[in-house]
Amino acid sequence: MSIRSESPKLDTERLHNLRDDFPILKQQVRGKRLVFLDSAASAQKPRQVIDAMSRFQEEGYANIHRGVYELSAQATLAFEEVREKVRSFIGASETAEIIFTRGTTESINLVAQSFGRSQLREGDEILLTEMEHHSNLVPWQMLAAEKHLKLRFIRMNDEGELDLSSLSNHFSEQTKLLALGHVSNALGNLQAVQKIISEAKGRGIPVLLDGAQAVPHLPVDVRELDCDFYAFSAHKLYGPTGIGVLYGRKELLEKMPPWQGGGDMIRTVTLEKTSFNTLPWKFEAGTPAISEVMGLGAAIDYLEAVAMENIHAYGKELMAYAMEILGNQPGMRIVAPKAERVGAISFLMDDAHPHDIATILDAEGIAVRAGHHCAQPVMDALGVSGTTRASFAFYNTRDDVDALAAGLAKVREMFGA
Amino acid sequence: MSELRDLYQEVILDHGRRPRNHRKMEDANFSAEGHNPLCGDQLTLYLKLEDGHVADLSFEGSGCAISTASASMLTGILIGKSEAEARELLKAFVDMATAPTDEEPDDSKLGKLAVFAGVREFPMRVKCATLCWHTLESALNDSNEAASTE
Repeated sequence: MSIRSESPKLDTERLHNLRDDFPILKQQVRGKRLVFLDSAASAQKPRQVIDAMSRFQEEGYANIHRGVYELSAQATLAFEEVREKVRSFIGASETAEIIFTRGTTESINLVAQSFGRSQLREGDEILLTEMEHHSNLVPWQMLAAEKHLKLRFIRMNDEGELDLSSLSNHFSEQTKLLALGHVSNALGNLQAVQKIISEAKGRGIPVLLDGAQAVPHLPVDVRELDCDFYAFSAHKLYGPTGIGVLYGRKELLEKMPPWQGGGDMIRTVTLEKTSFNTLPWKFEAGTPAISEVMGLGAAIDYLEAVAMENIHAYGKELMAYAMEILGNQPGMRIVAPKAERVGAISFLMDDAHPHDIATILDAEGIAVRAGHHCAQPVMDALGVSGTTRASFAFYNTRDDVDALAAGLAKVREMFGA
Repeated sequence: MSELRDLYQEVILDHGRRPRNHRKMEDANFSAEGHNPLCGDQLTLYLKLEDGHVADLSFEGSGCAISTASASMLTGILIGKSEAEARELLKAFVDMATAPTDEEPDDSKLGKLAVFAGVREFPMRVKCATLCWHTLESALNDSNEAASTE
């Protein structure tokens, strides 16, 4: 923690220097300065991450957990060091609880397939929310169909927030798992996870948090959150694609059978049977994305140096500014306007379809997402086919927000809104 | 802005705002669903074929300005045409919308529909313009499968 408290705050000058770390932000798009407001889909990567990956491939690459030769030993060491970095970054007790996956989606599927198939019985219930990304909905639908489970949902209210007014009614004797997003990818709502989790834990129900949209913006401590599983992706955390993390409480992971079989996850194999490796390798079959793990390690080093507390504080300040500027646009309807939000603003504009808005903004060099944001039930609840979403990272500035506002003026010009 | 003005020409904006033949048809003898999974846009096309001619054509559903205008103009142009002419226009339209940007597209058969050539500068929007045409193809083929841009 000493490093964190020593890290200077993100003032204008420091921020300017940090922006310089992201080579892509110097790009021009359609002859305009790139204003990248789609970090919730995937974040840009600092030079440090890009360099760490190419340096590893040029100087340190070998398969891990296999060779007796020096290069493989060093690669194995470096790989396992990143596991320790992840453990420390999210406040887990042991590295045995940190499983590398392909991303948030695979992390959740792992829990559904291993925990779900082994621990849940016909008639059991899984509690979700209406605001989930498809990756925290579809795996449970598939499991429910296979095991004859029931899915229940905490619904959204007219304000675009989770309706927690009768929270305890959603739980029953049959509820065996609660799975929810820490931050909504579609709307940016920071969910009242403390309240919801304590309701579940009071009943002894395990909790999975989809942290894909939270870890890039907030300090996360899985023990403080008191969750049993926490899933996130490196590529939204300013790291590479193809690598993600599942944190699982050891006691639960030990009860769970392996998910995929193959190399690395075994102890001894005969033609008839296999004894499995210990945690966390029990869940890591096959050669993992080794270079990408190095990239994730570099991303965490970078974020620790900037300090997540600083990123969180800066994000809040930028969000307040963006909400004020966007809120003042004529014909603007921000979804969930009163919600405590992190990273993203979803909005609708009179007479202009999100796809047309995104195209007009694109012509101004502004990248936003338009559509259902992989959360179609959220759009159904709102009664729209899609929204436009502007999402922010610590490399975004007030200038970016101002550029967005100017772009929206062009939309109104075109569509007469 | 000029590429953008090529895309959002006045005629497209007009059809996008006030789509023609935007209605359900009770006595259609063919209909088909179109779906663009990228944006969630959906449309239903209703077709009344009589003696090999398009006696009536309409659509329902909501979408962006490009997809709405494309469906609106498709219906306007095809009513009264023969099935063979409709298929010919379908091919000509899809060929134009997907032609490389460095080539002059063949719009000789397209008439007013040539205004959609601007989508070629915006690859992610080509499907918005072609969705209704793919849906028309499904309707003409009396397909039970929903047309998809994917």
